[in-house]
Amino acid sequence: MNDLTQAFAAAFKLIGRLDPELLGIVTLSLEVSVTAVMIAAAMGLPLGAALAVERFRGRQAIVVLLNALMGLPPVVVGLVVYLLLSRAGPLGSLGILFTPTAMIIAQSILITPIIAALSRQTIEDAWREYEEQLCSLGARQLTAALTLLWDTRYSLVTIVLAGFGRAAAEVGAVIIVGGNIDGVTRVMTTAIALETSKGDLPLALGLGIILVGLVITLNAAASLIKEAAQRRYG
Amino acid sequence: MLPLTLNNLCFAIDGRTIIDHVSVEIGSGPRTIILGSNGAGKSILMRLCHGLLRPTAGTLEWRSGNGDPRRRQAMVFQRPVMLRRSALANIVYGLKLAGIDPTERELRARDVLEAVGLAALADQPARVLSGGEQQRLALARAWALGPEVLFLDEPTANLDPGSTRDIESIISAIHAAGTKIIMTTHNLGQARRLGDEILFLSEGRLVERSPVERFFREPASTEAAQFIRGELPWQ
Amino acid sequence: MRQFATIIFFLAAAPCVSTALAVDNFIIVSSTTSTENSGLFKHILPLFQKKTGIEVRVVAQGTGQALDMARRGDADVVFVHDKTAEEKFVADGFGVARFEVMYNDFVLVGPKSDPAQVTGGKDIVAALKKIQSAQAPFVSRGDKSGTHAAELRLWKIADTDMPAAKGAWYRETGSGMGPALNTASSMNAYILADRGTWLSFKNRGDLIISVEGDQRLFNQYGVMLVNPAKHPHVKKDLGQAFVDWVISPEGQKAIAEYKIGGDQLFFPNAKK
Repeated sequence: MNDLTQAFAAAFKLIGRLDPELLGIVTLSLEVSVTAVMIAAAMGLPLGAALAVERFRGRQAIVVLLNALMGLPPVVVGLVVYLLLSRAGPLGSLGILFTPTAMIIAQSILITPIIAALSRQTIEDAWREYEEQLCSLGARQLTAALTLLWDTRYSLVTIVLAGFGRAAAEVGAVIIVGGNIDGVTRVMTTAIALETSKGDLPLALGLGIILVGLVITLNAAASLIKEAAQRRYG
Repeated sequence: MLPLTLNNLCFAIDGRTIIDHVSVEIGSGPRTIILGSNGAGKSILMRLCHGLLRPTAGTLEWRSGNGDPRRRQAMVFQRPVMLRRSALANIVYGLKLAGIDPTERELRARDVLEAVGLAALADQPARVLSGGEQQRLALARAWALGPEVLFLDEPTANLDPGSTRDIESIISAIHAAGTKIIMTTHNLGQARRLGDEILFLSEGRLVERSPVERFFREPASTEAAQFIRGELPWQ
Repeated sequence: MRQFATIIFFLAAAPCVSTALAVDNFIIVSSTTSTENSGLFKHILPLFQKKTGIEVRVVAQGTGQALDMARRGDADVVFVHDKTAEEKFVADGFGVARFEVMYNDFVLVGPKSDPAQVTGGKDIVAALKKIQSAQAPFVSRGDKSGTHAAELRLWKIADTDMPAAKGAWYRETGSGMGPALNTASSMNAYILADRGTWLSFKNRGDLIISVEGDQRLFNQYGVMLVNPAKHPHVKKDLGQAFVDWVISPEGQKAIAEYKIGGDQLFFPNAKK
């Protein structure tokens, strides 16, 4: 109990004095995870919509694969991206290992299947409702997919937020491809891991509290906007 | 593009026959009502005609005319499917898919909204309208396309009497403006009010085709006679 | 469907374009958790950067991993503590030359209750023998780090072939110094730790230093430039500048000045 009290005290102290190092870490965390979630959404949403609307051989296999990939272990993703980006690896010449770019790539890979699989389910449910009407109006697959993406936008926001939560909370991938370099690739989760390894559990937990607080704030904001829009547009 | 000619049209799912060798020619002009008990295949037949389903045997032909026949027909469903956007935008959406010139879309959309009495709700989100309003909007969306043929699948099945009256008068107006009406209904009163001729289906087969008046007075088939008695037991 | 494929392709390609525009005036130093966690780098690197303008990015891992990373060409400089492994690294052509930088020492940490009766002794080998015969809980890094290698060497001197001879009392955690200390602290186990990490470690619980001061607990750190002949992209000049600086009188002084609570953590001993 004493540890928890200390953790909250540490968290408030850090927030209270707007610790510049903490600000840097928080900013980088947001930058990396927000970019990753945007890339993952840009790939995962069209992929989900395409799988929902298209019927082709092997579709079911892809759906099963995507669903399974939702549980990708971050460490495995981190390792694969590390081996790809390592100087000895095929993309080594890019020289982006141990940079935020590498972390963005790893997180994008981690959450694209989540966004694709969940949006596929949502859009497919909507497609069942819309299919006859849209076909009657002469919509082809691409038009139908775009229409469904727009019409399921409120549910998709929740899915994208789930992806963001996963990205912001994972440590296994970013610590491998980012290297947890002070001031360069240190994000909330890797900082927490570092403080834990230093045995400074209250500070580690304090950082954890701040991370959870951030994710809650972001979700609350998104959910308020979503509610308001939904009330307005039905 | 009419007449529409069905020749030994069949449809089966998983080996179960739903439409069984239906041959009929549906011409322009009279309002055609498809009647039959639940499971007789009314909705399936209509979807086959509209092109939402493909027949498993037999043929279905529109008279060759100018342009794609799919573009010159529209359908309104039992449960209207409204997109998450304004009433106006729902109609504009249909017009856009129909390839209507962008400058003309909104003008046309406002005209049909006016015609179905929804002009005041043009900017309301379609999904928050009442059931009756949504169905009127669905009719407007179909009408805006200026179809030669309008299919209606139980358009008032979920509505209260007031809304049903609104829908019926809009259907009459659409017909009066020159569109062929092909419609299924459960409501025999509605069939009488709106129909000119009846196609009666039983177990996937077309068993009778008669003008409305005669169909109700002296049905030619025993199935139709039983159906009318069953639906209107007080007669 | 083809449109989708095109869209997805471009989106996938986009992030790769915006890469190599970062500043190039930095090097990557592959080092150990003990140097990073003890706070040494936070103390000396700003001094180096101020003098040369070179930013040093430290990736901290166990010595084994740190050397592996350098072998793959992912670091410019290696700064670790496992003399045998380092000499092999240089002999295999992955490092240019090894320079000794500093030392600190290992300490045997254990619970106050001292179930193996070793606290206060000066002989690490005798202490390990006692722990083994008492079957007192002992936590090993088990991660091929420099500390792990040192621990295994000490067991060997004590005539025990770890980890082959391990019993239930000997726990390999496969983790860094800090996590292993956390484990030992919660289990009240003995553990071999480097003094730097121990001094800066906060979650000690009932742990105290049991044995220290034995010559065989000496922990030498070495630094080497990754061989540009093996990995042409290695930033030879910047990396060499760092190596030269840490073994220069100025760098050595900076190392000596780093203290936690008045205790000096590392003792410079570059041969120059």
